[in-house]
Amino acid sequence: MSRYRFLDGAGMIFLAVVLAMAALIPASNLLLPPDSWLHVPDHMVPLLGKYLAFAMLALALDLVWGYCGILSLGHGAFFALGGYAMGMYLMRQIGPRGVYGNPVLPDFMVFLNWTELPWFWLGFDHFWFALLMVVLVPGALAFCFGWLAFRSRVTGVYLSIITQALTFALMLAFFRNDMGFGGNNGLTDFKDILGFPVQAQGTRAALFALTAFALAGSYLLSRWVVTSKLGKVVVAIRDAESRSRFIGYRVEHYKLVVFTLSAMLAGIAGALYVPQVGIINPSEFAPANSIEAVIWVAVGGRGTLVGAALGAFLVNAGKTWFTGVLPSMWLFALGGLFVLTTLLLPKGVVGLITDLFGIRRKSELPAPTAPAAPAKAAPAE
Amino acid sequence: MRLIGLRGATLGLLIAIATLLGGPASPASADPVDDALARFAADKYDETDKAIEGLVAASAQNGQAIFEAMSAGRLLYDPESKTVLIKDAGGALVLAKTGDPAPQALAAKPLKTVRLNNRVRRSLEAASGAFALQAPDPQKRIGAARAIFKTREPTALPAIEAALAKEKDASAKQALEAAKAAIILARQDAPEADRIAAADIVAAVGDQDALAALRTLPANTPPAVKQAAEAGVASIERWLGVANVVQDVTYGVSLGSVLLLAAIGLAITFGVMGVINMAHGEMVMIGAYATFLTQGFIRDYVPALSGASLILAIPVAFLVAGAVGVLIERTVIRFLYGRPLETLLATWGVSLILQQAVRSVFGPTNREVQTPEWLQGSVSFLGVSLTWNRIAIVLFAMAVFFALMLLLKRTSLGLRVRAVTQNRRMAASMGIRTPWVDAMTFGLGSGVAGIAGVALSQIDNVSPNLGQSYIIDSFLVVVFGGVGNLWGTLVGALSIGVANKLLEPFAGAVLGKIILLVAIILFIQKKPRGLFALKGRAVEA
Amino acid sequence: MKKFFRGALIAGAFAAAAITAAPARAEETIKIGILHSLSGTMAISETTLKDAMLMLIEEQNKKGGVLGKKLEPVVVDPASNWPLFAEKARELISNQKVAVVFGCWTSVSRKSVLPVFKELDSVLFYPVQYEGEESERNVFYTGAAPNQQAIPAVDYLMKEEGVQRWVLAGTDYVYPRTTNKILEAYLKDKGVAQEDILINYTPFGHSDWQTIVSDIKKFGSTGKKTAVVSTINGDANVPFYKELGNQGIKATDIPVVAFSVGEEELAGIDTKPLVGHLAAWNYFQSVDTPDNKAFIEKWQAFTKNPKRVTNDPMEAHYIGFNMWVKAAEKAGSVEPDKVIDALPGIEQANLTGGVSKMLPNHHITKPVLIGEIKDDGQFDVVEKTDDLVPGDAWSDFLPGSKDLEADWVAKKCGNFNTKTGKCGGQGS
Repeated sequence: MSRYRFLDGAGMIFLAVVLAMAALIPASNLLLPPDSWLHVPDHMVPLLGKYLAFAMLALALDLVWGYCGILSLGHGAFFALGGYAMGMYLMRQIGPRGVYGNPVLPDFMVFLNWTELPWFWLGFDHFWFALLMVVLVPGALAFCFGWLAFRSRVTGVYLSIITQALTFALMLAFFRNDMGFGGNNGLTDFKDILGFPVQAQGTRAALFALTAFALAGSYLLSRWVVTSKLGKVVVAIRDAESRSRFIGYRVEHYKLVVFTLSAMLAGIAGALYVPQVGIINPSEFAPANSIEAVIWVAVGGRGTLVGAALGAFLVNAGKTWFTGVLPSMWLFALGGLFVLTTLLLPKGVVGLITDLFGIRRKSELPAPTAPAAPAKAAPAE
Repeated sequence: MRLIGLRGATLGLLIAIATLLGGPASPASADPVDDALARFAADKYDETDKAIEGLVAASAQNGQAIFEAMSAGRLLYDPESKTVLIKDAGGALVLAKTGDPAPQALAAKPLKTVRLNNRVRRSLEAASGAFALQAPDPQKRIGAARAIFKTREPTALPAIEAALAKEKDASAKQALEAAKAAIILARQDAPEADRIAAADIVAAVGDQDALAALRTLPANTPPAVKQAAEAGVASIERWLGVANVVQDVTYGVSLGSVLLLAAIGLAITFGVMGVINMAHGEMVMIGAYATFLTQGFIRDYVPALSGASLILAIPVAFLVAGAVGVLIERTVIRFLYGRPLETLLATWGVSLILQQAVRSVFGPTNREVQTPEWLQGSVSFLGVSLTWNRIAIVLFAMAVFFALMLLLKRTSLGLRVRAVTQNRRMAASMGIRTPWVDAMTFGLGSGVAGIAGVALSQIDNVSPNLGQSYIIDSFLVVVFGGVGNLWGTLVGALSIGVANKLLEPFAGAVLGKIILLVAIILFIQKKPRGLFALKGRAVEA
Repeated sequence: MKKFFRGALIAGAFAAAAITAAPARAEETIKIGILHSLSGTMAISETTLKDAMLMLIEEQNKKGGVLGKKLEPVVVDPASNWPLFAEKARELISNQKVAVVFGCWTSVSRKSVLPVFKELDSVLFYPVQYEGEESERNVFYTGAAPNQQAIPAVDYLMKEEGVQRWVLAGTDYVYPRTTNKILEAYLKDKGVAQEDILINYTPFGHSDWQTIVSDIKKFGSTGKKTAVVSTINGDANVPFYKELGNQGIKATDIPVVAFSVGEEELAGIDTKPLVGHLAAWNYFQSVDTPDNKAFIEKWQAFTKNPKRVTNDPMEAHYIGFNMWVKAAEKAGSVEPDKVIDALPGIEQANLTGGVSKMLPNHHITKPVLIGEIKDDGQFDVVEKTDDLVPGDAWSDFLPGSKDLEADWVAKKCGNFNTKTGKCGGQGS
């Protein structure tokens, strides 16, 4: 196999588009008059920011699924944990402006008669600490989970289902009001981030730009990972795990590195998502959300990174549009989209584009073949 | 309020005693009965209560019929003339006082129903309770005796004794003895030895009501009686401790059976065929809606069969869900064999479409599926009570499971299914029509999911979201048991169910479930291919 | 490379078209936003409210609309997804330029859209009974506060049924938590001992009630009269009631009074075993008034279903919508600021024979009705308060809120502290 180029054509276009968005959309929103046709309306900025945060989650998922063959049905958990870490910081920033006016305790704690801040909330009044937790908490969870699962060689659907169980368990836990994370209502009504009001258009634009930069950054990082030697081994593991092991690679170590890295990226995506949508609550842990993230990747094109981000963007834009235009029919449209993409576009939108324009991607990675099918042997013992 | 109810009971007993002792009810003077009946027409609960009391006091000749009609909502009155009427089971109107047919003029008027609330209902139960001790049906007599055991109403004693003297049925006799003992135990003027003996009888009943009877003795009870009662409490509590565990385990088996039913179709589509079938829950939902439609159809067109409508719904649900399954297989899944992960995406899309389709056709709200008479109520056995529909679900789940086993092991279809899933190409070269077998297998799995829908319609919402609430649990069960192994699904479902119910009393419903999920995650580390892992080369295929 | 660029352009154009396309706007109408989930877990309850709003708007248009303009409903589907509620609210207000929004059901959806309404200064009418502890300038609460539902229901049980032992069972979210907290404080005030109160929380959509129902049975067999106060939410109610019926818990033994079970929820259950269990609401379909009769007829004609039931949140929307129309006419404008100022003091006849009034704390006065379930799935009203009860935003039974008061007319404050005399909660 030849050495992969660090950045291929698609990658460059992707980076250019993302960076252009980072510059042009805030500029157009803030500088152009509202009646100009190039003006991006105020409500579009956080919406686009949300898509970009989802694109980042899709990127993280593609890293483990597209390149390492680990179908995680629980990546929403890492995303939500990152979001909660950011949400806790934002809650602490509210200070005495809550409805009860308690300078230390968030409203829901006053409401539940808590008298002091629980230990796991300590430190979240510092932005640097929150940022650290955004990365560390999902990372640590992924590390522990992965260490256990990869060491005991849990693979295929078994792994998928226990990642789903993980996010489901976390959802139930965060639903509990006794946990101290606001229960079903979650964390909301944020006021400031680093002293800037979250609802100001300037802050929104800045958050958007930041999300775009983070997306570009995580693309570069992912790209670096998959083009490095580590990446080659990871792809080898995806295609033939046992053989890689026999050759002498410590399969579980490689998997663990990629899985943990991916979880950290998902955490950052979650942290960027929360201030832009203004709420984080346990339904982000819902297994359906994680499955949806997998679908974004599949729609865009698995194992292409660019495709994952594009898929997240397209599916979510479609969802926004359909829920507004066809409020009682949109599930048909979305469901139909998923079925048709799977049947007609096995390689996703990116695959379609390459096929349409007849682009030979000699330098690209081999497209992922079907990974080991779930054990399907004798029906019954 | 309670007092009024008790007073009603007392008076009710008086007439019961009067009838019992053979003396005909003294001819009621017209006034008190009319007076009482007129109160029904006041449309106030207080007045209705007094009317019941009045009827009892006057030992109205038609009293029992009035009470029966009243609890069935068939006691009517004319707001103008204040005449009270009974609409009998056939729909004919008779005068409440005499039971004579009502004049035509009255029937044409806008009649109103005498309304009940819980307080009136209690008075009514007390008033008719005394009559029930004489009912020809021994079950009714036992019910009345149990009710008295619960209330320990001292004035009921003569009626009980009279009933005991006549009682032939052994279990009714036992219930009456227990009721008598419960009253004597609490009675200040009963001899001490009788009360101690009564404490033993009450303790032998051994349930929560007995516990209550033994615990709520008056303050000035002699120490010897108290001691006997305390011994009784201790022995019941010892038993109830055991009974609780037994109860938790039976609840667990019942929950496990629900999980088994929900998961067993998936064990075929996912476990055997390898399709990550996210639309499985929707097949269960379709089965539930098929049940709803079948019941509606039978109610409207063949009402004679309505008792059996649930049973008739089973084949309907199987066929409808199976047909939808075959359709999905032919249009979507057959293009995806060998790409198992992509089946996840396609079936997820299918599941969204099916949910919305059902929502558009049937509306988003719950649909009512009736529980037939024979599935209502519960049976109590040594302090452990189980509802009939839960028992039915356990038996049904087992029946479905073994029928499916038989189908796969003993029929030619089963043989082909196994052949195709083990080695598609080899099977094809042996002349098996693999596409047909695929369609049939998927249809079978979906049909079985549809059958599960019939059972779940008895305990859960019949709404477009029905399937969503079982899909995660179903996958967990199949994976926990070991993909591709039906026995694993059985054992997996039952052990998850029992573990969940044993955890619930200590940890609560939410925390219990979380602990269970974490335990499953850890268990999979220990056994990465589930409880019953398949061995051999097929595993790595 | 060049071709690739073309591909990216096409994709980009598609995305841009997808997100910016909005239906062209006719200038002569006033837009009304309807923000109720039409899919997902809450669709079961919220779809009805969407239909009810469509009916009310159609009615109003037949009467000539508002301020000479026709009303135009704008329906979106937030899909039971809480962040999506905020996004859709933003879309309705800033993109569709709606004058007012009627919507939300769950507390979390309301909390999620709150910042949006505050920021963009629009008006939300919230039609569902809720936990209180909130009063916002931009929100009008037409559902019941805890003092308009929970406390009268408990009073009824004490007085009429002589209940001494209480099971407070609820789904684990903020409404049951608060209601149970308030009730616990209230019951202790009334001399109920701690061991006579059992509190139990279950997750959303809980479907296996065997253990809990048998616990309730045990708790209720001590000889003291026991009742269950249920704040169990939506979906979980059907299996709960089915289990109650099957385990033979009759209303005459242990009555259950529910705050989230109405005609719609009962439509999915065979109610024969449940006869006599109670619900507390501010409206029942069975209330016999001419207004209500007309409303039911219109509703059944509108939905083309002669069996379609009405329920309490629908009445709340009926009151809220008519109040909004009156306020807009009083203010001569649908500008949110003017409507918000005009609303307090507006009176509107409710469907149960009284006249509800918008209070300065943005809650309304409502009658409290206690109903017993009948075998046809309707309720028999067994008690009705003589006067309308004013909604109390801040409960007097919670330590954190007993000194707080909401008054948007005189004090312009949603959380005025009567002790410190300052706006802004408890302070430190």
